[in-house]
Amino acid sequence: MRIRLAMRNRMFLFFSLVMPLTFLFGFALFIGKGRPGLIAYALGAVLTLTVMGSFWGLSVQLVTFREQGILRRFRLAPLGAGPLLASSILSNFFMALPTVAIEIMICRWVFHMQGWGNLGALLLLVALGSGTFSSFGLVVASVTNTMQETQIINQLIWMGFLFLSGATVPLAVMPQWIQRVALFVPATYLATGLEAATTNILTWRDIGEDALALAVGFFVAFQVSKQLFRWEPEAKAPRRAKLWALAALIPFLVFGIWENVNGSRLSRVHSQYRAIDAIGRSDTDSAPQDH
Amino acid sequence: MGEPVIQVENLYKSYGAVEALRGISFSVEEGEVFGLLGPNGAGKTSTVEILEGMRMPDRGVARVCGLIPSDSGEEFKVKIGAVLQSTALPDKLRVQEAIDLFAQFYRNRADTNRLLERFQLTEKRNAFYSELSGGQKQRLALAMSLVNNPQVVFLDEPTAGLDPQVRREIYDIIEELKSEKKTVLLTTHYIEEAERLCDRVAIVDHGKVMAMGTPRDLKHRSAGTTRIEVRLARPLANGAMESLEGVADCREFEGAFVLHSTRPPRTIVALVKQLEAENNELQSLEIFSPSLEDVFIEMTGRRLRD
Repeated sequence: MRIRLAMRNRMFLFFSLVMPLTFLFGFALFIGKGRPGLIAYALGAVLTLTVMGSFWGLSVQLVTFREQGILRRFRLAPLGAGPLLASSILSNFFMALPTVAIEIMICRWVFHMQGWGNLGALLLLVALGSGTFSSFGLVVASVTNTMQETQIINQLIWMGFLFLSGATVPLAVMPQWIQRVALFVPATYLATGLEAATTNILTWRDIGEDALALAVGFFVAFQVSKQLFRWEPEAKAPRRAKLWALAALIPFLVFGIWENVNGSRLSRVHSQYRAIDAIGRSDTDSAPQDH
Repeated sequence: MGEPVIQVENLYKSYGAVEALRGISFSVEEGEVFGLLGPNGAGKTSTVEILEGMRMPDRGVARVCGLIPSDSGEEFKVKIGAVLQSTALPDKLRVQEAIDLFAQFYRNRADTNRLLERFQLTEKRNAFYSELSGGQKQRLALAMSLVNNPQVVFLDEPTAGLDPQVRREIYDIIEELKSEKKTVLLTTHYIEEAERLCDRVAIVDHGKVMAMGTPRDLKHRSAGTTRIEVRLARPLANGAMESLEGVADCREFEGAFVLHSTRPPRTIVALVKQLEAENNELQSLEIFSPSLEDVFIEMTGRRLRD
């Protein structure tokens, strides 16, 4: 049902297809600067934004359905909150896949990206990322009472994801203290993982770490959203529930502390950035010079 | 006779300071169409929602098919169908998609095409939900309530806000359910609906059952009186209405006098004589045989739609 409704919603088509492709062309031109070596890195950033988009879609829809009384009718069916939320997350993943595929193909055939990256790692991280950020969206929707409140909280969280994850501004160029804070941000694990997968500068251990962080985050956020789920518009979320919602971030608090102490992720980010930068410079050096 | 399909004992429910239910009790036998008749705010929807498992009572017992609705999960939900007071579906969901979607939630499901045919929605099967009229939406809600061949059907004000023609179409559908021996619990504030459809009715007001029985028994309880509604140019002298011959009860509503009389012809003759004596004018006079509204008025002092 969700997929059908989404296909009939022009706003969905705009935000899930037109906007990501706009970002892709923008990133390819301004970050990639048309250089095939940097396109892969730009693709990783754009895929991160595409996958993180699940955060918005589900939260807005859940609040809308609750406000309009649509969820009440579903409550009469032998359908618990868990299956309802799980099916929403799954359909969100399937809806993201075509956009992901189109973005990869455009980078390959239009911007002449070299190679396909690590497709297996890409698919795994896209799947886990989609689940994680969909679940975060559901957590927000479970504790907000109105659409207005949902939009405000979504915006605040989204800004953090956008600017502290490396999806827009490379982490390696940020001040040291921001880099350390970014290790607590869920989007960082998705961004660093996807950027490494598209540029193929990663080991299976790196994938494992990123996948583990996202998988644990997904599991915890999903459980929290299921516990806090409300069917009725009259059933307002108590203030206590908003504190419970923060529990969804506990895995990333733990990972953040671990990464700050261990330090391997930041090293990886820096070495990845140096490798990408070198690719970019070699593309420039080998470009024909005008005299 | 086996155990009642629906049992409600001493149900209490409050929403903050508002006591919606104050000790409601009734039972419904298998195959019966039972009505909860009362004005808005009487506690009908609260009762039904507790029986549907959507709310928890503060005190008291509610059982449907031997199960406690709020505790019984899937085992309970497959036995019931319901039409909520207002059903909402996504605007861009097609009629066929909606009924197929809800059918998929059940192992034992009815043929959705036949349901659409039965509820005259075949031509609208590809229409979006937002394109349906109020009557069509209600018919779809009824069809959806039957996708799982339920034992018990809850209908919460199924004809509210619909025009009379559509209301009659819905009555025909409910009478079909009755002929199929489905157990139906219906809430309404329409007298005609309760009188026409229900085997038994409980008149509910301020969270309590004021009277319960078959429509016929309840009407006989109306002190065996006929209702006479009178409008005068000027009120009669103090107490004159109540002391007319045969008058058992007299109340004033919206500028009219409502008399309940055990001897209507004598009451009317006495009224005319009184009007002549006072040089007063009779503007209108209507005579009604006892109805459920009369029972309600006698018990509460108010009309059903006050």
